[in-house]
Amino acid sequence: MLSRTASNLFWMGRHLERAETAARLLDVGQRITLLPNTAVGYQNEWNSLLQASGASDQFRQKYSEVTQENIEEFIFFDRDNPSSVANCIERARESGRIVRTALTGQVWDALNVTYQELRKIEKTPRSKLDTATLTDFTTSHTSTVRGAINATQLRNDGWHFIHTGFGLERADATARLLDVKYFVLLPRIEFVGSGLDTYQWMVILRALSAHRAFHWAYGGDITAARVADFLILNGESPRSLVTSLYETVWHLDGLVRRYGENAPATARNQARATLDALQARDIDTIFDEGLHEFLSWFIGEIGTVSNLVHQDYLLGGA
Amino acid sequence: MVYYNEMFEGESVRDPYARLSEWVETMPEDFRQMKQAEAEALFRRIGITFAVYGEGGDPDRLIPFDMMPRVFEQSEWRRLERGIKQRARALNAFLRDVYGRGEIIRAGRIPARLVYRNEAYEKAVTGIVPPRGVYSHIIGIDLVRTAKDEFFVLEDNCRTPSGVSYMLENREIMMRMFPQLFRQNRIEPVEQYPDLLRRTLESVAPAKCDSRPTCVILTPGHYNSAYYEHSFLANLMGVELVEGQDLFVDGEFVYMRTTQGPRRVDVIYRRIDDPFLDPLCFRPDSMLGVPGLMDVYRSGGVSICSAPGAGVADDKAIYTFVPEMVRFYLGEEPLLNNVQTWTLWKDEDYKYVMANLSDLVVKEVHGSGGYGMLVGPRASKEEIETFRKKIEANPSNYIAQPTLSLSTCPTFVEQGIAPRHVDLRPFCLCGDRIELVPGGLTRVALREGSLVVNSSQGGGVKDTWVLSE
Repeated sequence: MLSRTASNLFWMGRHLERAETAARLLDVGQRITLLPNTAVGYQNEWNSLLQASGASDQFRQKYSEVTQENIEEFIFFDRDNPSSVANCIERARESGRIVRTALTGQVWDALNVTYQELRKIEKTPRSKLDTATLTDFTTSHTSTVRGAINATQLRNDGWHFIHTGFGLERADATARLLDVKYFVLLPRIEFVGSGLDTYQWMVILRALSAHRAFHWAYGGDITAARVADFLILNGESPRSLVTSLYETVWHLDGLVRRYGENAPATARNQARATLDALQARDIDTIFDEGLHEFLSWFIGEIGTVSNLVHQDYLLGGA
Repeated sequence: MVYYNEMFEGESVRDPYARLSEWVETMPEDFRQMKQAEAEALFRRIGITFAVYGEGGDPDRLIPFDMMPRVFEQSEWRRLERGIKQRARALNAFLRDVYGRGEIIRAGRIPARLVYRNEAYEKAVTGIVPPRGVYSHIIGIDLVRTAKDEFFVLEDNCRTPSGVSYMLENREIMMRMFPQLFRQNRIEPVEQYPDLLRRTLESVAPAKCDSRPTCVILTPGHYNSAYYEHSFLANLMGVELVEGQDLFVDGEFVYMRTTQGPRRVDVIYRRIDDPFLDPLCFRPDSMLGVPGLMDVYRSGGVSICSAPGAGVADDKAIYTFVPEMVRFYLGEEPLLNNVQTWTLWKDEDYKYVMANLSDLVVKEVHGSGGYGMLVGPRASKEEIETFRKKIEANPSNYIAQPTLSLSTCPTFVEQGIAPRHVDLRPFCLCGDRIELVPGGLTRVALREGSLVVNSSQGGGVKDTWVLSE
């Protein structure tokens, strides 16, 4: 497979997943703003959300006020925000267009329809759109593309590259969403264990479409330890760090098997080492270490694996 | 002017259209609109769009598709086919000759200046004979019809003719939307084109290639207006679609960068122009090409389709001599005629053209895509005068032709159907054999009375049928 093709497939996966993350972020933001009793309105929550996604400065440069409209504009529509849903969908479609020969008709079709629908939404008056429409649009279309990929793509190296992109981006996104919680709570540590605290954890579960799954898995009360365990260490949870990384390792293994002994495998080795380190922890160790510190370590590891994927496969070995 | 209508002879319907006529007449208005919308949605979904150079606007514009097919009888097509293949043989013989001994020039049949001083003549490849002596592997020959048995060649495209994806997609969409039409009419298939193209490319692999040849399509990238076609063909042929940055030269061969390291490439079907192929040989600022490619080509390490320099055969100045080529190389009379052409570097032609601008079509020798041309009968006085000044400044840059009475074909318009002018571009493949799929791309001038069929100038496309016997 051409290195450029592999690179586009990898980034198509990442951008699709990133669009979904942005939509989930929008959902979290919107739900946090519905909180009843915060002292300074929803300013703080929103800022923590932006800090977690690394876009706080950018938002403040362009928008004077934190309003529902501005949040939607920034996270969904804004072309100046590289992680906006619109940008991610456009870039995923662009990658797909560049490598059309590596995609099945159904995948291209799903991707292209997503883009055409996005353009329709962009032309719709904002007053006719609510947050739920925007997040539903995003998650349902990205799911369709994902479904088409799983149902129709050959199980070849291209498939592994797409899924490596999905896996790394998802691991990164869950870690960042969890970090929102850290930013939200930081100034008011006295809230821990309060009704407000529980509500915020619930919001994060919802944003990961995981609140039902959580109840199935744990039953009973929502506590910080249980939610963190579910999103970090639970191998059944589809977006947990351990699941995302496990699947990434599985796909990198697939590449190593396919390409044989002589091909480089540094990305796979690094991912495996990180997975081992993750699995060696339990939730108490993580809380002792500090959730934020742990998440920062993890996000750094994911960045390293991503760079190694580039080194191993995407430069073309001239 | 009276135009040949391909469907109607007076009130009566010509044979090939007999069944279609019924289909059109019984089609309810709302059904037609529904189907037209469906076709548009299909094209947009598949992603067949084109960008128009220098116009900005919607980059995802659709090329208008007309649902009314254009039909040829088997006997009509047979004649065309023979003529096209003959012309393709002559054009390749000419290229072999002018990059070799130049017999046709020595014989005084074509002025040396027109060949050797031609912008498209590549001195860098003189003396190189590509595999099987084929320079132009895909030749698009633009034809117009003026009467039942009168076809003229408007121009030859020996470099990288585009449009074949429309031929294939138009057919796909018609079969999907109107399967009953294909049961009622026995229509020759065109879907074998990508396989034939691949076979053609493999048949011209270099001698140094000792296993099954690896072919690739070289595209300038996804911003190119024909990118859809490049990826479409690569997909149907099962070959990699590469950009210049994906290829590199190492020693005697060209390689592509893959996830498993370098892989040798034997045949490059390039969709980029000569000047961009190799910055070390041609334009040093080209980012699209592959440094060192021409050295590998010269030493027989890779085949390039069409061969560098093939453009000299489809130049509008050379065009006037193609019938001469047929006689000279093949010893046959041309089966397809040229349109009468005045070359403005000749004094008597110049005088005649300048005195009759309002009746003629004037074209730039190197122009394409319907740009830089004057359609005399449709131009205003000012437009003619502006063009006159351009010609005076550089007469040898122009040729002129009579305004042809292009045939018309019924086309769906706002109210029912109406005749619109059409042309035809069949695609001839030249490798170890010369092959032609039955059909081609019919372009239609959608504006009433317009004679310009280029998609950049408001033209659309139709499915083109050849009926089997």
